[in-house]
Amino acid sequence: MATSAPEPLSAGIEAPGRLRQPKQVIGGAVAALVAGWLIVKAVGNFGGFLNATLLGLTLAGLYFVVASGFTLIFGLMRTINMAHGSLYLLGGYIAFELQEKLFSDNKGGFELSIGQSSGETQYSTIEWLVPLLIAALAMGVLGVLIYQLLLRWNQGQELRQALITIAVIIIAGDQMLAHFGGVAKDIKLPASWPTSVDIPLIGSFGFFRLTIVLGSAILVGLLLWWMIKRTRFGLITRAGVDDRDMVSALGINIPLVFAAAFFIGSLLAGFGGVLGGSMLSLQPGQDSAFLLNSLVVVIIGGMGSLGGAAVGAVALGLVQAYGASYLVFGGTDLTNYSILLTFGLVVAVLAVRPYGLFGRPA
Amino acid sequence: MPPDAILEVKNLNAYYGPAHVLQDVSFEIGSEPTAIIGRNGMGKSTLCLSIMGMLQKVDGSVRFHGEELLGKPPYKVAAAGLAFVPQGRRLFQSLTVEEHLRLVSNGNGNGRWNTERIYELFPRLAERRRSGAMQLSGGEQQMLAIARSLLLDPKLLIMDEPSEGLAPAVIDHLIDAIRGLSAEGTAILLVEQNLSVATELADRHLVMVAGRIAAETTADELENDPDAQRRYLGVEPLAEEA
Ligand SMILES: Nc1ncnc2c1ncn2[C@@H]1O[C@H](COP(=O)(O)OP(=O)(O)O)[C@@H](O)[C@H]1O
Ligand SMILES: [Mg+2]
Repeated sequence: MATSAPEPLSAGIEAPGRLRQPKQVIGGAVAALVAGWLIVKAVGNFGGFLNATLLGLTLAGLYFVVASGFTLIFGLMRTINMAHGSLYLLGGYIAFELQEKLFSDNKGGFELSIGQSSGETQYSTIEWLVPLLIAALAMGVLGVLIYQLLLRWNQGQELRQALITIAVIIIAGDQMLAHFGGVAKDIKLPASWPTSVDIPLIGSFGFFRLTIVLGSAILVGLLLWWMIKRTRFGLITRAGVDDRDMVSALGINIPLVFAAAFFIGSLLAGFGGVLGGSMLSLQPGQDSAFLLNSLVVVIIGGMGSLGGAAVGAVALGLVQAYGASYLVFGGTDLTNYSILLTFGLVVAVLAVRPYGLFGRPA
Repeated sequence: MPPDAILEVKNLNAYYGPAHVLQDVSFEIGSEPTAIIGRNGMGKSTLCLSIMGMLQKVDGSVRFHGEELLGKPPYKVAAAGLAFVPQGRRLFQSLTVEEHLRLVSNGNGNGRWNTERIYELFPRLAERRRSGAMQLSGGEQQMLAIARSLLLDPKLLIMDEPSEGLAPAVIDHLIDAIRGLSAEGTAILLVEQNLSVATELADRHLVMVAGRIAAETTADELENDPDAQRRYLGVEPLAEEA
């Protein structure tokens, strides 16, 4: 995905009449290098390459679900909801707790923390879906509360809003640590679902990642796209991104629209938290990790752009997946440093497109 | 002073940071069209934005049919019956012509204005209904800016320099359209620097100088007083222009 240079490098060489900007030449060279390196890896082990690609895409699906809500709120309100990652983690924890409390066979909960000797509960599909729905809705409501109680009266003061939501991260983070502890928690998948599927050339691949996470991302993308293109709420959202005050002067109740955007955006964070808690696991620190992921995704794609969030999520997912598989050179294992690739990606995109791939000046 | 004042502005002040831009502005307007004229930078647009609730730092009073508007957000000002055609049009670059109209109309065809009537008034907009707002010509953009404000069925229409940047033939069409609105009973507050547009549309003229209403005059007086034209607007007088 580092092939973000607007034209292939060769174009610059074949058109001697036009002077290329040096950063574009450098960008092109880096892109060519990365592409070449990936081709070498792909030829060396094609199945492994496909596996890493699919891992990256499924990760991208999770990032997209979370970041699409983030970019919706930002695009409309110019408010960076720093607590977005906290809504992700809390949504996951709530679903986890609901699943345990409502549906676990040994409802004591005490034995669970000691060991699984008492036998794992076999959860049904409903017992996964109900916590998911409740947790996502609860995060939507909490998002509206954050907007109404903390942000609404600071409208237009972006720095204050950012600082207030950072305070929410810290308080919510400590409270979650106190309540859920520091040990990683998994939301259990329905026992009737297969754990993996066999794919030609790749072999066995996680069923949940491939179908549910990727499917959810596509569904969320389509629904949001439909909402933005076809509904009046979408019209208001797009107009609000362009000129909020003018939308208000046309008689549209902007605070109500903002509250709705916060509801949908936060609901998506909570939904992402349940997907993430089922696919990976839930633990302290993921609040800031997913805030960072969301920021990276929308910075790459362009703040406020849904298509940008999709492209940004794919870019981030692939870079992380390739970084985790391919940063081994001979005996030197550099996979611990793969986070640096993420920032390399951001720097590369911003060097060529300062407002992100699909962004434009605010 | 009009006997049937609908909008009363009293001691209105507006600030941009430390800059005190509107200084105790007071005036009333009735249902007949009123023009506010004045040179660049005198505070005319600031006055419009203050009335519409689009500025933060304001004080004083703006009453519409007795209801205090100052301190209300723009959407409540709009709900009270005011609509605004801003300077520079401020169309939404992500929306098509059609979408601009759909944004405002709630689908209830009960009001005076609906999309069909808009397209009758401005047939050009019907032809360009699928075009993005930024692809329109200046005249079409102005029509769209007026059209979307009409869908609010306003009692008072505030227009900030609607003729700015338009060709003379387009301006004539615009003047006809605005006259029609006025004849239908929509009160009009028109901010203009183009004196011939202002005098054609309004008889009563308020002159704004350095953030204050400095004088009140009529279209006749202005047209026959080249000196006042020069003083108030800094333009070559009408007679010499023609
Ligand atoms: N957003 C702003 N920030 C600071 N000063 C402004 C702003 N807008 C206008 N001004 C200043 O306020 C004064 C009045 O401007 P304006 O109301 O636009 O005048 P007019 O519409 O009569 O040309 C001018 O001196 C202008 O420079
Ligand atoms: Mg102006």
